[in-house]
Amino acid sequence: MLKIKDLHVSVQGKEIINGLSLEVNKGEVHAIMGPNGTGKSTLASVIAGNESYEVTQGEISYNGKNLLELSIEDRAREGIFLGFQYPVEIPGVSMTNFMRTALDEIREYRGQEPLSAAAFLKYMKEKKALVEMNAKLNNRSVNEGFSGGEKKKNEIFQMAMLEPKLAILDETDSGLDIDALRIVANGVTKLKSPENATIVITHYQRLLDYIVPDFVHVMYDGKIVKTGDKSLALKLEEKGYDWIKEELKAK
Amino acid sequence: MSKNNTEIAPQLKEDLLHQFEATIDSFEAEESPFFVEKRKKAYEEFKLLGFPDNTLESWRKTNLKPFLERAYDIEYLPAKTTSPKESIFQCDINQFDTDLYTMLNGEWVEGANGVTTYDNGTIVANLSIAKLAFPELFEAHFGECVINERNGLIALNSALYQEGYFIYVPDNVEHNTNLQMVNIINSEQSIFTNTRNLVILGKNAKLKLVHCDDSINNNSSFINNVTEICLQEGADLDLYKLQNKDDEAIVMTSTFIRQAKDSNLSSNTIVLNGGLIRNDTHVSLNGRGANADVMGLYLVDRKQIVDNHVYISHNVSNCSSKQVFKGIVDDQAHSIFNGHTMVKQDAQQTIAFQTNNNIQLTSKSKIDTHPFLEIYADDVKCSHGATVGQLDMEAMFYLMQRGICERNARMLLMSAFVRQIINEIALPTMRASVDELVQKRLKGELSACEQCSIQCIDPDKLIHFDIDISKI
Repeated sequence: MLKIKDLHVSVQGKEIINGLSLEVNKGEVHAIMGPNGTGKSTLASVIAGNESYEVTQGEISYNGKNLLELSIEDRAREGIFLGFQYPVEIPGVSMTNFMRTALDEIREYRGQEPLSAAAFLKYMKEKKALVEMNAKLNNRSVNEGFSGGEKKKNEIFQMAMLEPKLAILDETDSGLDIDALRIVANGVTKLKSPENATIVITHYQRLLDYIVPDFVHVMYDGKIVKTGDKSLALKLEEKGYDWIKEELKAK
Repeated sequence: MSKNNTEIAPQLKEDLLHQFEATIDSFEAEESPFFVEKRKKAYEEFKLLGFPDNTLESWRKTNLKPFLERAYDIEYLPAKTTSPKESIFQCDINQFDTDLYTMLNGEWVEGANGVTTYDNGTIVANLSIAKLAFPELFEAHFGECVINERNGLIALNSALYQEGYFIYVPDNVEHNTNLQMVNIINSEQSIFTNTRNLVILGKNAKLKLVHCDDSINNNSSFINNVTEICLQEGADLDLYKLQNKDDEAIVMTSTFIRQAKDSNLSSNTIVLNGGLIRNDTHVSLNGRGANADVMGLYLVDRKQIVDNHVYISHNVSNCSSKQVFKGIVDDQAHSIFNGHTMVKQDAQQTIAFQTNNNIQLTSKSKIDTHPFLEIYADDVKCSHGATVGQLDMEAMFYLMQRGICERNARMLLMSAFVRQIINEIALPTMRASVDELVQKRLKGELSACEQCSIQCIDPDKLIHFDIDISKI
């Protein structure tokens, strides 16, 4: 599904990712862990198409297409979803209009008829139930005045609405209390299917108790330096990252 | 008599003075001395002042010179034209649920002409008839608001005005039909008109008034409008001004509102299109407990210029006022906001608030904003502020990451920005219509509008704003 080869990314002349490769197939859950400032969020932003970052080298293919040639919105319409670490507040744009516009455009891209207002409302209601979202949230502007937990739940709600093929969740667990974490994680688990894939960026093993990864990658200094199964996350929780740095030095 | 040799549009001024000299006899024949004396005084004043130029502080940012030094047909007398009424308004105007009165090129169209008296005593009439029919109302109110103005355009209007509308709502009458006054310019000639309106709301009277300035063709035209509004004790006026002019049209409106005790004004001016539009709004809060909300929205692109000047004077204690203006400025357009709140020494316990927010879409567009408080009382609550910004790029990325194209993402953000002003419109049908007009304008579809702004309403498939959230 997603193939990243020797990716190099700079922002304002500073190289943040240098030579990262990663392959994600459908049905898989990948966790990316690693110390702060090693390029995890940058990777997520680049896949989503954020133009603040410059890809200087390497390639990303997605379902056989050159991802780097696609616009931000076409990537989204092709099924890439980014759960933001810091969801943006957009005063004056209601959640309903936001989701209706997004869904209409995605359906049009896929050659589907737009949903009628009634069908859309029904669909929205179902998805809200799925992610245990408070009904009152929808009447409000996008993320405006939402608590940290509500913002993250809202990301999962949007993910449920748009049914992505590849979801990248950038530190969706940070700032959540244990109940909110469980709701968010349950949402992600419910949305999982053999046809889609998930990349979870996290600092904590705790989230991976709920969203069980097939692969755990450790990012350090702009590349993936170690890959293992879920036991790697447990080891990181216990020992931190120093042992990995030691290993790297030894090499 | 020229005040200096750099005076702008001296030829036009000369022509207008001659026009007055040629017409004064007929004014004297038709009008009572009350009106004629005012005209003569205004003529002298215009002779002295001429057109306002950039040396005046309030005209520093807006240069009238290139607009005045066009060839205008000032001999044009609206009465000469017959009004092919059927060709003007085929549209379903009742979109706004209003009683419609239409003026074409400064003259009332047939049918609307004359005095309309409602069962509740409310009167709507064209000015030329009203001033003869209701001398006592005119003598009490006409020309009162502008008496101390030292402004060439107002003097010119006061000397040469011919037509306009007159509205009177008697004491304790809540007029239940909304009145819509439409002023259309459609002329092969480049016409220059001085229109004059007078609106009087008696004690505890209530009215919702929609004033539209529209134009149909692309000939240049110059409207110099003065509106005087008198709100007596406890009166309540909602005033909406919709301006959708073509790119060659120049509209100067000067609106003077005098408010007595406990009266309330809610004014909302929506500028959708125009060559040069200047709206001066001048509010005098003369009785305790009076409130004025003066709001506005402007959407300009290409080389359009919009200039909103608001002056609110708190003359007595315990009044409140609010100025909220928002604008989106594209291409090489230029917007000017000048909000001035004056709190006089005796105006204790004043609450006054003003703000102007702008989105600047291009680096070639220009935004001047000047919110200004002048306070001589010591027990007041006042604030002011202004912002000029671009669309939030993080929000753009967020929206586009959900599959929304750049154009619609911009639309969503711009609509959100203007929503605050639109939501203040108290007439639901009008709020919906203005919302549609604004959406169309933001998409660049409104400029092609062939007739009046109100006609341009049809459902639009790109973005849906029709979800009833209460059903979720």
